[in-house]
Amino acid sequence: MRKFAAEKTRKVLAHRKFFNSVVQHPTASLSSSSSSSSSSSLSRKSLPHSSAAFLSRLLNTSASPNPSSSDSDSMASDYSSTPVKIDTINPKVLECEYAVRGEIVSLAQKLQEDLKINPDSHPFDEILYCNIGNPQSLGQQPITFFREVLALCDHPSILDKSETQGLFSADSIERAFQILDQIPGRATGAYSHSQGIKGLRDAICAGIEARDGFPADPNDIFLTDGASPAVHMMMQLLIRSKNDGILCPIPQYPLYSASIALHGGTLVPYYLDEATGWGMEISELKNQLETAKSKGISVRALVVINPGNPTGQVLAENNQQQIVDFCKKEGLVLLADEVYQENIYVPDKQFHSFKKVARSMGYGERDISLVSFQSVSKGYYGECGKRGGYMEITGFSPEIREQIYKVASVNLCSNISGQILASLVMNPPKVGDESYESYFAEKDAILSSLARRAKSLEEALNGLEGVSCNRAEGAMYLFPRIDLPKKAIEAAEAAKMAPDAFYAKRLLNATGIVVVPGSGFRQVPGTWHFRCTILPQEDRIPAIISRLTDFHKGFMDEFRA
Amino acid sequence: MAKAMDYENLNENVKKCQYAVRGELYLRASELQKEGKKIIFTNVGNPHALGQKPLTFPRQVVALCQAPFMLDDPNVGLLFPADAIAKAKHYLSLTSGGLGAYSDSRGLPGVRKEVAEFIERRDGYPSDPELIFLTDGASKGVMQILNTIIRGSSDGILVPVPQYPLYSATIALLGGSLVPYYLEETANWGLDIVNLRQSVAQARSQGITVRAMVIINPGNPTGQCLSEANLKEILRFCYQNNVVLLGDEVYQQNIYQDERPFISARKVLMDMGAPINKELQLVSFHTVSKGYWGECGQRGGYFEMTNIPPKAVEEIYKVASIALSPNVPAQIFMGLMVNPPKPGDISYERFIRESKGILESLRRRAQLMTDGFNSCRNVVCNFTEGAMYSFPQIRLPPKAIEAAQKAGKVADVFYCLKLLEATGISTVPGSGFGQKEGVFHLRTTILPAEEDMPAIMDSFKKFNDEFMEQYEDHKGYSRM
Repeated sequence: MRKFAAEKTRKVLAHRKFFNSVVQHPTASLSSSSSSSSSSSLSRKSLPHSSAAFLSRLLNTSASPNPSSSDSDSMASDYSSTPVKIDTINPKVLECEYAVRGEIVSLAQKLQEDLKINPDSHPFDEILYCNIGNPQSLGQQPITFFREVLALCDHPSILDKSETQGLFSADSIERAFQILDQIPGRATGAYSHSQGIKGLRDAICAGIEARDGFPADPNDIFLTDGASPAVHMMMQLLIRSKNDGILCPIPQYPLYSASIALHGGTLVPYYLDEATGWGMEISELKNQLETAKSKGISVRALVVINPGNPTGQVLAENNQQQIVDFCKKEGLVLLADEVYQENIYVPDKQFHSFKKVARSMGYGERDISLVSFQSVSKGYYGECGKRGGYMEITGFSPEIREQIYKVASVNLCSNISGQILASLVMNPPKVGDESYESYFAEKDAILSSLARRAKSLEEALNGLEGVSCNRAEGAMYLFPRIDLPKKAIEAAEAAKMAPDAFYAKRLLNATGIVVVPGSGFRQVPGTWHFRCTILPQEDRIPAIISRLTDFHKGFMDEFRA
Repeated sequence: MAKAMDYENLNENVKKCQYAVRGELYLRASELQKEGKKIIFTNVGNPHALGQKPLTFPRQVVALCQAPFMLDDPNVGLLFPADAIAKAKHYLSLTSGGLGAYSDSRGLPGVRKEVAEFIERRDGYPSDPELIFLTDGASKGVMQILNTIIRGSSDGILVPVPQYPLYSATIALLGGSLVPYYLEETANWGLDIVNLRQSVAQARSQGITVRAMVIINPGNPTGQCLSEANLKEILRFCYQNNVVLLGDEVYQQNIYQDERPFISARKVLMDMGAPINKELQLVSFHTVSKGYWGECGQRGGYFEMTNIPPKAVEEIYKVASIALSPNVPAQIFMGLMVNPPKPGDISYERFIRESKGILESLRRRAQLMTDGFNSCRNVVCNFTEGAMYSFPQIRLPPKAIEAAQKAGKVADVFYCLKLLEATGISTVPGSGFGQKEGVFHLRTTILPAEEDMPAIMDSFKKFNDEFMEQYEDHKGYSRM
């Protein structure tokens, strides 16, 4: 896997020289020894099992009682006899873990507070959140057209005013009218149908049809507050007990492990092959399925994340066909996480939805049960805060859909603004529309910049000693593997941390860069990784690379045998 | 081969769960609507769907937050008042990246601070923003808290009957046990502690650990407002029985009488002093969907925890973090709701005019509706003191009950379906909320437009009279 390492190193060194000459970042020269000052705050490591991480997070942040509260002593009172305490809450809640917002993030929040009080308290002047795919928090601008329409739908009484023409594009006004006409009573403040507003589902289906070349049915669409609740709903439906298994890729996005744990099921892992660019082998799927069956586990569904999170690979169409056949043959529901469908960065790969692949193979509604998840949080739009998303469910009997609908109805409906946005991202301006050019320019600028960022970061990472990194073909992340020196692994063990968490914490303390340790996503035992988003704005990338490089050198120097 | 998603293979808890507010009646109503019949949806507390206009100021602020580029436009003042522009800037400054960025999983710290200040103003006791979590509507908050509490079928949750079916549905989904306590209809849906003790004793005898108690104040579907004395009893009861109190207080702005203004469970608890105020565990829920706001479609809410230990709070935070964050526009609605325009602000007068207009009209509608029901044959209805619903009892004649059985329907479902077919009024049968054996109700919101109310009540009366005429024994069919 690392046969190109030497060549890459050369390239990256040249790269870095260039950037160093351009960017004179005050924090560019860092030494890893600086991290010792703040490590004492995380010394509470003797706690058993998974609550340790969260407890330490708590102790670092929220446990301090509000000083303004006259009641603050109640925080310290004895809770031993109360009904809700740590050993009497739902054990499934205790079991589940979600590393994307785990211990490292809590430490980052603490460091950020420190910096607010004293800008010189750490060897960096800001925290760079590369832990989470949250583009707009790192300065990505929203697509103007989408926001124009949302603003008008939020405040429809200005639609008729002549001043509005001066502030908004004509097609955004027209689109807002169209959307409002589809909402009963034009009431954006009303609960909608629990699957989402029918007219918006129609628009989404038109978008799916344009994408796939196969029809889509609005009755198959369930709009949700982001893709995550949709994943939860399917897990809730499928998992009856520990004996029910869900096949998940390893490494995986921890939403899946957390949701399976919360619903009391069993995660059946299948390993992606790092050496072949995180390839997905059917033989591995078969092996894992058989192993699970032999343990008495009834495997009910297969999760595929395409493009991959955290791994960034984009599946080839023939690979997808094999996966479809595998699910059909084994009677598995295919849960296709396709939230990164717009995030493709390499010319030799294209996104194909699983539904399109299945239909192209001649499989119809009754041949395969397929759920496709989509979100407004990713893509070039990156509208995470809106919590919009949908799932398209095909190949389910009417009585199952009724059950899904019932569960959706308990939560009444997803937020309307998110619903409108979901219809917009699936139906953006078209050639000839007034906003098309500006829309396209904004979209293209974001996607091509992301592609450049992915490439620069990947090259830089591959230039580091003991680091190898597959390219990000899609999604928003790099997932480099780090071969840690034995001494570093021992030091991590002494600190009761996973070695990659140890590395990530040192990185944070030294540079302010927040990444997620690979252990949060699971990985082949004995290998160590971290996940880093490609989302910091492009002009920041050189500084990040140089900080990361300096840190890594110092770390290796410190721990090299 | 059996497929993973065959009905037999679904999670049993999913199958068990029921949610009547959007059940058979609602589906039939939607069908009829598609066929072109005019339907009056009174099944969901969904004010804007029935024509209530949103308050102008919050919509202006959120629209500006959606399109922040307008804030730099010299012409923005032509469309938006200065205080809305200032508020939009304020809320954008509380975010890290505007409406399009995930917030902290508990919600924006700045908005949680505003919520804490609101609670302090309301109750006279300080509130800690660290113990306030913003959610996508109050329902999500209830689900999160119940998920933390329920470990298995031997964990029981005390729920009022009649109850809002969110509770029964969620408890079923999570595999816990619902322990009912009956509200006393003849005592204006009062809560009798003796009754409560019996419910707990009975549950315990069945091996159930009662872990939490739900109160809905003002009541849904029953519309009663709890008195301070009653709340004290409840708190003491929870304390003695080591039970967490879950206070569903989403209707706290919706009060239609003056004898019993809303008082929060938290305020009563704090008034009671030590040791109970430092020990009793309480979670209170609120929302932007109700009140004079009625912004249901935004999905905004919060819960506040009192005396929940830090470690448990941390676990709740962890579970919240899996959902990443509540939607940000609704967080801003929440901020605006707890921190509305003040006297002297440009928008103050308009805001007061709009909100007072809505509340006063709701008050008149509550009266119109309960009076209307009470004028009907075989119908009795407690006055809707608060919330958004009337819950009349329908005394169904035996013949009607028989006819329902023949049709394979619960008697009140049968009645409500007939009502729907005859009048287009879409209600929820009382059986969806739970009621005493052999007693039948329906729930209707008081939300139809005030000017439509007399006609709606007339058409109800006409239907009810005919229905009773048809099924009551002593009235024959001589005229037919």
